Amino acid sequence: MLMQSITQRLANPTRFMQLSGALLPLLWVLAGLLLVAGIYLAAAAPPDYQHGHTVKIMFVHVPSAWIAMLTYAVVAVSSFGLLVFRHPLADVSAKAAAPIGATFTLLALVTGSLWGKPGWGTYWVWDARLTSVLVLFFLYLGLIALRSSIEDESLAGKLTAVLALMGTIMLPIIKYSVEWWSTLHQPSTGFGSSVDPSLRWPLLVMVAALSTLFLAMHMKGMRNEVLRRRVKALMLTEVERASSPARRQPTE
Amino acid sequence: MDLGPNAVFVWAAYGTVAAVLAALLLWLHVDGNRQQRKLDRLDAEGVRRRSTRHSN
Repeated sequence: MLMQSITQRLANPTRFMQLSGALLPLLWVLAGLLLVAGIYLAAAAPPDYQHGHTVKIMFVHVPSAWIAMLTYAVVAVSSFGLLVFRHPLADVSAKAAAPIGATFTLLALVTGSLWGKPGWGTYWVWDARLTSVLVLFFLYLGLIALRSSIEDESLAGKLTAVLALMGTIMLPIIKYSVEWWSTLHQPSTGFGSSVDPSLRWPLLVMVAALSTLFLAMHMKGMRNEVLRRRVKALMLTEVERASSPARRQPTE
Repeated sequence: MDLGPNAVFVWAAYGTVAAVLAALLLWLHVDGNRQQRKLDRLDAEGVRRRSTRHSN
């Protein structure tokens, strides 16, 4: 009951705009500070015994891949919230997250290719991990394209939510692809794993930095979407008012 | 900073991340400003939500 009450209170777009307006500057500053610290630690990190200096690519590749999947989880939870609870901000959240998720997925693919060339001798192989992340990228593009192809905003939100929930099957496939299939890609880089502390700390700080940046960008995207919907609602009100016969001929 | 013989891959990776994230941030900023300007223009024209009109 308490959880439901909190959710309902946060569901109010006006309250969200007030809260996010106060929180967003703090998130930008925190993301900026963490990024500066992360880049400094990444630059100072020693070369890896296998990868040499190209291990520095890991500090942008792993956070990008992590955020690509995290964002899809946000899209999926928001879609569930829209379809089941009809949460007013759920659709706003799903719509705002999709382009950010597509961007981070693209970054994971590009930085992975740039790491693959010196490490594997090739930019691309059709192995399970790389291919499943590419499918995730196309899934994001599909969500964006489907939404923009339907004029009715409510219908577009629901259909996109259905596709997004169907697409959640990609998350375990990506996560366990390196275990289920024989792939060229190395096993998942667990944050508390066997990575040497001299490389683990820059990685953790970069993960925190880019995750905070994602949070800030998602919040900003949601604010933009709330404003867009307000503009649309006001324009519709204006059109209705202008076309009303009583308004046009008030003396009759 | 000496990044060895594969420095170009490291610089390309960081450069791509910086450029793409900067473009995304710029798009978010420009989009937000555009929506706010539209809202301000409608407000200046006296177009308000029903709830706001009643409360005024």
